[in-house]
Amino acid sequence: MQNVNTHLHKTVVYSIICLMLVPILATFIYSISSRWGATILPDGFTLDWYIKLLTDPRFLQAFGRSLFICIAALLLSVALVLPAIFVVFYYFPKLDKLMNMLILLPFAVPPVVSSVGLLQLYADSEISLVGTPWILIGTYFTIALPFMYRAIANSFEAINLHDLMDAAYLLGASTTKAFMLIILPNLKKGLMASLFLSFSFLLGEFVFANILVGTRYETLQIYLYNMRQTSGHFTSALVMTYFLFIFLLTWLASRFSRGIQ
Amino acid sequence: MSSSIISPDSHNSIAAKPKLIPFIKQIKPALWLIPFGLFFYLFQLAPMVWVFINSFIYDDELSFENYSDVLNSPFMMQAFGNSLWLAVWSSLIGLAIATLLVSSLRRVDCKLRDGVIAFTNMSSNFSGVPLSFAFIIILGTNGAITLLLKQYGLLGDFDLYGKWGLLAIYIYFQIPLAVLLLYPAFDALDDDWQSAAALLGAKTSHYWVKVALPVLSPALFGTLIILIANAIGAYASVYALTSGNYNVITIRIASLVSGDLFLEPNLAAAISVILMMLLAFITVINQWLISKSYAGRK
Repeated sequence: MQNVNTHLHKTVVYSIICLMLVPILATFIYSISSRWGATILPDGFTLDWYIKLLTDPRFLQAFGRSLFICIAALLLSVALVLPAIFVVFYYFPKLDKLMNMLILLPFAVPPVVSSVGLLQLYADSEISLVGTPWILIGTYFTIALPFMYRAIANSFEAINLHDLMDAAYLLGASTTKAFMLIILPNLKKGLMASLFLSFSFLLGEFVFANILVGTRYETLQIYLYNMRQTSGHFTSALVMTYFLFIFLLTWLASRFSRGIQ
Repeated sequence: MSSSIISPDSHNSIAAKPKLIPFIKQIKPALWLIPFGLFFYLFQLAPMVWVFINSFIYDDELSFENYSDVLNSPFMMQAFGNSLWLAVWSSLIGLAIATLLVSSLRRVDCKLRDGVIAFTNMSSNFSGVPLSFAFIIILGTNGAITLLLKQYGLLGDFDLYGKWGLLAIYIYFQIPLAVLLLYPAFDALDDDWQSAAALLGAKTSHYWVKVALPVLSPALFGTLIILIANAIGAYASVYALTSGNYNVITIRIASLVSGDLFLEPNLAAAISVILMMLLAFITVINQWLISKSYAGRK
């Protein structure tokens, strides 16, 4: 009886996962085949599509732009969120409730809705932000905020913040010094895990990039979209390269979060 | 309050002195909140406020004209209808598949379980434009699987660029999210309960209907809400798949602010507010259902 059940559950898990794998595997096979018509297997295999992709300067530029925006947005997020959480937890613990409500907003408001306001506010302002990478860095901060805040706040709850600070004061450290040398190393793992996770979904962000900036600063997703008319083999090589990068980032994130437990 | 404490000639200044020091001490740390607050205001709050206020402005005058325009337009109503249809069905089907997967996942060995969770973590980022392209490659008009299935006459009149194709994509990106949200919730189930139910003569189906699902209901409803909100707000997949030709509400909003012609940001603002109200309404209904459920009554 028990055995039959285990087999049944295994079948359920495997069949759902296989179904989920079909688009990924098909894209992969398509990206390494020279031609694939109405047959079960493609006519021949080749790496030409990847070579063509990796030697395309437009792809490399778009990839570089995406990396720049994501890294800049994450640095900005850390610089803004880390001190804010520390201040909230150490000086104003009552504000935590308010913060938890505020960080729900980027979740609750669809990016399309935010971009309606952003376009109108920053298209005609003195320093025109629309069409530049700077507006994306600002909006990506809001997208990453809920994940960063929750992850870092969880790490703060796990350490004994007040005791650690008191001990540091007793030994003659200033608040800044105590924060940098005592608190920060304790948060490192949670922070790194949330950074890699945020990185992987910021890289896939399309709505803000398309509406606020578009082709004026072509990021990876915009490049991907603009390549839709080219050969399907080429776009699948592109999708697989992107997916490989996502795989790497989520793997790093899970390595760091496993370190926490 | 602060000014009365600081003012030196107020008669209770001596009594207030112990309070004065912590107040000044708190100013410096509070300064650290300012950059955070400023950026949050500029990129999250200010756009929301703009949308809300301008949805009531029509030809520089305060009116409900934008709202009546939206509500009287069959085209807009169709967009809302399509969005809701896609959101509700993809969420329900995605949730059902995820529930099945997670409940089975708890019965298999932990190596397989960790692998599956790692895979769902990764595939939750496989959405939007890349996902649409993957679907076009396999199920598009000249897609490998389309041609294969057509050879055997199996596909019928399935069209990836219509509502069934979109539903398939939506379900695909809802499953990983639902699994990640549901997985921790299943810890609430005690394995002994199933044995106890079996001992009392209940079949597995009885156990699920009478014990497991009522216990899980808050998590299931909560996940459903997040899935619906996720699907209603989805834009990239539809845009990449149909170049904005399928009428859903996010496509309408975007085309009113960034299209080539007919820019009407205030109308887009009104649609946005209606959309947010719709989401709020669904959330309220959901909270009500949770409070009525078994776990809410405890």
